[in-house]
Amino acid sequence: MEVCGTHTTVIAKSGIKNLLTNYLELRSGPGCPVCVTDQSDIDRIIELARMPNTIIASFGDMVRVPGTYSSLELERARGAHVKIFYSPHEAVTFAGKYSDMKIIFLGVGFETTAPAIALSIAEAEQQRIKNYSVLSVHKLVPPVMKALLNDPELHIDGFILPGHVCTITGRKAFDFIASKYNIPAVIAGFEPADILQAIYLLLQQMVDEKAETINGYTRLVHEDGNIKAKEIIGKYFEPIDAYWRGFGLIPESGLKLKTVYSDYDADERFPVKVPESLPPEGCSCGEVLRGKLTPGECPLFASICTPSEPVGPCMVSTEGACAAYYNYSD
Amino acid sequence: MPGKVVEINEQEKWAIIECFGIQNKVYTPLIEEDIVLGDYLMVHAGYAIGKIDIEEAHNLSLLKKHPKNLENPLHSWRYAGHIPQ
Repeated sequence: MEVCGTHTTVIAKSGIKNLLTNYLELRSGPGCPVCVTDQSDIDRIIELARMPNTIIASFGDMVRVPGTYSSLELERARGAHVKIFYSPHEAVTFAGKYSDMKIIFLGVGFETTAPAIALSIAEAEQQRIKNYSVLSVHKLVPPVMKALLNDPELHIDGFILPGHVCTITGRKAFDFIASKYNIPAVIAGFEPADILQAIYLLLQQMVDEKAETINGYTRLVHEDGNIKAKEIIGKYFEPIDAYWRGFGLIPESGLKLKTVYSDYDADERFPVKVPESLPPEGCSCGEVLRGKLTPGECPLFASICTPSEPVGPCMVSTEGACAAYYNYSD
Repeated sequence: MPGKVVEINEQEKWAIIECFGIQNKVYTPLIEEDIVLGDYLMVHAGYAIGKIDIEEAHNLSLLKKHPKNLENPLHSWRYAGHIPQ
């Protein structure tokens, strides 16, 4: 199983998936941050977008994700302000220019994204920009790995681990997969050769009846990761129990801004009433994210649910398993 | 996104990187090591998250085992107009 949306896309786009069909099965896991964002969080974001004098600042993929009753795309059509940024740094600069508007950046992502969001808060503090805040729905990968490994219905022989998450966390953060659960794991880069090497190293471990967490992305990943990035995450955020699409509540799997930074916490500053959240009818995104189903096994796949008219987030996001299967599979 | 450093501002903690002929300003406060021109950085959300070790990129174990059958991952960087040495 690969646990990274970029890996999912590379595996499908490069042809590796089709090439290996008769030999081994590659299952996609909860590796797309947009996809794992819980429906209740999507609905909260939509309610925030409806507030007056508010601009929702986001990375691109969140805009088209359907909530229970609407989406940011629909809200924008109705007059809400939604702006795409490449980096949260740009959003802080933007907030400085438009002090009469509330700029809420959507902190969606894993350990790779959290340092950039934390640094944007540091920048807003430094420049005394008061109209910038973050809605943190960040997720942490090791806790969801434990949720997968503790699932009695799931039998995964090996894990391809996310190279850029591991750039931040370090290899050691994923040692438990091999040492505690006795399952081989390999950290992989993002070229097709990296993926093939990871698969090769996983198969080699299975043949040798060994289980290790191997660093296959040594040009970027180190044992302890990026210390500075981990420090900045630790300075601004603290772990919190978080809801994941398909998994429900996973202990200490999210990041919340520390109380001392509540002035920059959109959740604290703008408490909105969120209506009861319901997953899209018939959508199997939750099961796909847990590795229980492949995208093709969802009854909506490629019929009702397509990239141009997505029902669930796995078809919306460029890193979603359903979009990757739709765009690149035979 | 990986990119080659073509300009550095140590004081303001940013660098200009080039990838596939396109230059981008990226922020470097998360990089502990010194950055020099010609280094390769991996960038996420506008911030460099790590320096790429070019020596290691040549050391992909599978590549050594099957050199004739596999493309070096650095190959794709050739299109960016530079081959890391």
